[in-house]
Amino acid sequence: MLTLTVNGQPHPVAVEPRRILLDVLRRDLGLTGTKEVCEMGNCGACTVLLDDEAVYSCLVLAVECEAQEIETVEGLARGQELTAVQEAFVACDALQCGFCTPGQILSMEGALRRRPDADEAALTEAVTGNLCRCGAYRNIVAAAGRVAATSSGGAG
Amino acid sequence: MTPFDYQRIPEAAAVPAQLTPTVRPLAGGTDLLTRLKACLDRPDALVDLKASDLGRAIDRVDGGWRLGALVTLSRIQHHPGLRADVPALAEAVSQAATPQLRNRATIAGNLLQRPRCWYFRNERVQCWLAGGEGCPARSGRNEHHAVFDTDGPCVATHPSDPAAALVALGATVTVLDGGGGERELAVADLLVPPTDERRVEHVLAADDVITAVTVPSAPRSTYLKAMDRAVWAFALVGVAAAVSADGEVRLVASGVANTPWRLAGAEAALAGPGLTPEAIDRAAAAATDGAAPLAENGYKLPLLRTLTHRALTAVA
Repeated sequence: MLTLTVNGQPHPVAVEPRRILLDVLRRDLGLTGTKEVCEMGNCGACTVLLDDEAVYSCLVLAVECEAQEIETVEGLARGQELTAVQEAFVACDALQCGFCTPGQILSMEGALRRRPDADEAALTEAVTGNLCRCGAYRNIVAAAGRVAATSSGGAG
Repeated sequence: MTPFDYQRIPEAAAVPAQLTPTVRPLAGGTDLLTRLKACLDRPDALVDLKASDLGRAIDRVDGGWRLGALVTLSRIQHHPGLRADVPALAEAVSQAATPQLRNRATIAGNLLQRPRCWYFRNERVQCWLAGGEGCPARSGRNEHHAVFDTDGPCVATHPSDPAAALVALGATVTVLDGGGGERELAVADLLVPPTDERRVEHVLAADDVITAVTVPSAPRSTYLKAMDRAVWAFALVGVAAAVSADGEVRLVASGVANTPWRLAGAEAALAGPGLTPEAIDRAAAAATDGAAPLAENGYKLPLLRTLTHRALTAVA
């Protein structure tokens, strides 16, 4: 039995060592905000925070994460209160279909955890590992600019 | 992915003795997990080095830096001292992969990643490197493959950007073996073309573990990279240039051979330490001396000459 701490809550799970974190989050814990696409670290849709750092959950074994803090998109908002990054994605219309959005947002959140005063360049660099098939990149970059302009923290 | 056991060994010094051809070390996993998923590797067990006391520190040492094997690419990218003192390494890691992968990938694991040749990565293809016979890339799709040493058994390129920078910087690795012995090895001697008996791109035995990477200072150094998109791609061609403490200029290319490729012809053409515009022109022209491109990758030659010119100009 393995205990994963996800969004501050301990979750005991019985998983084989070969089970991928992405798969355990979605299938065992029902946290389907983390998206599954390429499963090979080529798209970024599965991005989560592991001890405040953005990682591809498709390239992490669940067993590696014992004693670490995992955060998914479900854990960001406090009730109706969005984080600065989430608010910026809404305000800048930084999505079309929305499938890549949880990963994009968590990548920017990770950059803010590293540097709460991250500038637009750092926040834009943070999403260079996230593909958007709709091509909403211009507005995603605009959201990065809005976060940089409005926040010195506020990463939730 | 086939089933395997997962092991934690708190003392890093005790790890090598536990390793075998089927009990393998796991660090960042960014390459290993892709190989497990493709069933290219089928270990019986993985030993998680992150659960051990294997080095994670970035330390200033006499004449340079010592990086623990578990130092991530992200930490190198964001380290002000490394950015100023060994820019070739910082620039190479910054252009490698993506923020998410750099947060996970370790410097030692980066050196030991396997080639991205699309035939080697295809579980239904048994190429020579995967233990079979023949190199389908040689007469097949080879736009991303080697342009030097192409008469060997494999024309895959080494996928690491930092490796080229570390060879140019004259970096070494510290290796701990299963008998408790420790040895120091130049990165240039760690990464060598595969042979019939040893079909991997490095000389480490199954029970060897890299514990640290030692990097001499070279404030005049750089790494430039050409990709088929602006970020998140393996090098079509990369060039590292470094001026060592004693004034020697080293030039090493990535994306052109089985291992980081020392541009000996270009170095010789410099004919002395003075990086004059004329010397840089001569060196850039000589960067492709000895190249033997395949059917689809002749485009790499002008890239290599141009990046060599730009890299030398940057450190001049």
